[in-house]
Amino acid sequence: MPSQTVTIRGHIIDSLILPKILDEIMDASGSFKIEHIRIGQKKTDTSTAQVKVSANTAPHLANIIRRISKIGAVPVAEEDAKLEPAPRHGVFPEDFYCTTNLITWVHFEGRWIPVRNIEMDCGIVIQKGKAWCTPVGKVRRGERVVCGHAGVKVIPLERSRKSETFQFMTSSISSEKPKGRIIRGLAREIREVRRRGGKILVVAGPAVVHTGAGRYLEQMIRMGYVQVLFAGNGLATHDMEYALFGTSLGVNLDKGEPEKYGHDHHMRAINAIRAAGGIRRAVRKGLLKKGIMHACVQKGVQVVLAGSVRDDGPLPDVITDVIEAQDAMRKKIKGVSLALMIASTLHSIATGNMLPATVRTICVDINPAVVTKVADRGTFQILGLVTDTESFLRELCHALNRR
Amino acid sequence: MLTFLMCRPRYYRVAYEINPWMKVRHPVERDQAAAQWEVLYKTLRGLPGVKVKLIPHARGWPDMVFTANGGLVFDRSVVIPNFRYPQRQGEARHFGAWFGKKGYRLIRIPSRFQFEGEGDALKLGDTWFFGYHFRSDISSHQWLSEKLKARVLSLELVDKRFYHLDTCFLPLSDSSCLYYPKAFDPYARKLIERYVPNPVAVGLRDALKFVCNAIAVGKRLVVHKGVSRPLRRTLEKMGFRFIELELGEFLKAGGSAKCLVLRL
Repeated sequence: MPSQTVTIRGHIIDSLILPKILDEIMDASGSFKIEHIRIGQKKTDTSTAQVKVSANTAPHLANIIRRISKIGAVPVAEEDAKLEPAPRHGVFPEDFYCTTNLITWVHFEGRWIPVRNIEMDCGIVIQKGKAWCTPVGKVRRGERVVCGHAGVKVIPLERSRKSETFQFMTSSISSEKPKGRIIRGLAREIREVRRRGGKILVVAGPAVVHTGAGRYLEQMIRMGYVQVLFAGNGLATHDMEYALFGTSLGVNLDKGEPEKYGHDHHMRAINAIRAAGGIRRAVRKGLLKKGIMHACVQKGVQVVLAGSVRDDGPLPDVITDVIEAQDAMRKKIKGVSLALMIASTLHSIATGNMLPATVRTICVDINPAVVTKVADRGTFQILGLVTDTESFLRELCHALNRR
Repeated sequence: MLTFLMCRPRYYRVAYEINPWMKVRHPVERDQAAAQWEVLYKTLRGLPGVKVKLIPHARGWPDMVFTANGGLVFDRSVVIPNFRYPQRQGEARHFGAWFGKKGYRLIRIPSRFQFEGEGDALKLGDTWFFGYHFRSDISSHQWLSEKLKARVLSLELVDKRFYHLDTCFLPLSDSSCLYYPKAFDPYARKLIERYVPNPVAVGLRDALKFVCNAIAVGKRLVVHKGVSRPLRRTLEKMGFRFIELELGEFLKAGGSAKCLVLRL
């Protein structure tokens, strides 16, 4: 609830100034708390009161403050944030303010301005009266960076959420949760986000394909429930290996048995896609006819494949420069309202670091350590679910189909 | 001895509109205005125990004749006004210079506060009644209450025809006043009723004749003519006598007797 502290000074008791101001606040449906009051003892003495005024919305509060300023309340002046120039490209001043993933405001030239593109572990750069959340590597020498904590406020997430699904967010991560109910709640959330025009982000690891859950993710994409996909070389490779050879890491997904010479299928898949000139071209040439990547191309899903040191190939679509990959991910995160992280550790942590705390985030993994790790890296808004990827996606797809 | 500061109207006219009384299309008859002012000046000088000092009228500041807004005087100190409208802001310099020359201690209010002198600050007994909203702001009261070391009660004005406190409130003695209740918000009305033992409320007709803008000298009230009979009778019972003058040319700018004098 937005609030502002005001001071009222003078003969505020004799003059009825204090009761008048408090009446005004209540008449305007605001609320107040007297934080401090000193009453003069003699009739020549003045009195002072410090009152915290709150209202439902910022404009409503501004209206109340405007009115009571005219009858003697003086808003307590707020300090501007301290700014210092960046000493070099890619280096913040020593005392830089380090961001969280919560909505953040900066007091600049006498007013509060919102920090754009908020993500955790960055700095705040002020440019032309606007505040930008900036990763350390992106700051340019001489740019003005917010230092210290004065003049910075973060808005905590509201406690009550409409959807009961996300009330589990406060509980610790455990495998002992009523998954069926959570998944049905999640399906409702997903539909609701799409109805409002929000984007859904899926971060997926190769286990999605290995466990045979690729078809469910593919279904979700075809139903229009995925707008952005973050993954690595592995997910794309094994998905296309399955599309081309019916195996994932050489295991026939329909029979559940290793195939003879199957161990080289993933390399053959990579080679075929490289030969075709990339995933999109492979689809256009009719080489790739099904699977997650095929669905992404057909449905226009924005895909970022970020590589790592252990990658085979990699596929031509994989971004191998990590800073470049981070930038690509940051661009696609805009407008995302819900993030689903499935069976992926590094890509999930990387994504969690970039997401504002207002994005509802679900992390699903069979290994509790992964879910804990994402939460411990600061993405405290997540709903963690320790379960098998295949059964989770099957249930979710089922719930989304059922409507 | 009661001393007033007045300003002979050399450049007085209605050149702009900053209150509902002022209409540029109703120009001042300058000769008549001069004559009306002279009658007021002579009347005051003729009263026992009254002295009048004069400040020269500065060109370009027609409302300077309303010296009540030129400052607030107490204990050989003067609070220099910060006028709300630019049309009057230049007067402060001339009043400041005059008071400085006469040896007054000058008190300057921070420029973020507005305060229009005695027009919005009247003493009754040992309490100051300050008006705010149209011309002075309440923050100036808070600032001044520390300087005055006396109780300051702030009254919110709500009728723009009565834009200064001295147009709707007149201390008559330590225990009584004239006031037009509807010029004040309910809290201010309550304050007047609580702190003034015998307040006399006037009706709209008298209020519009600026009866609350009378100059009180002992039991004599110098006022623009046209006081209603019932009010006259009430005040006569209290021992007051009206001295009625024609001040119509000054009403055209929204001022009457009291606006034309500043108590030194």
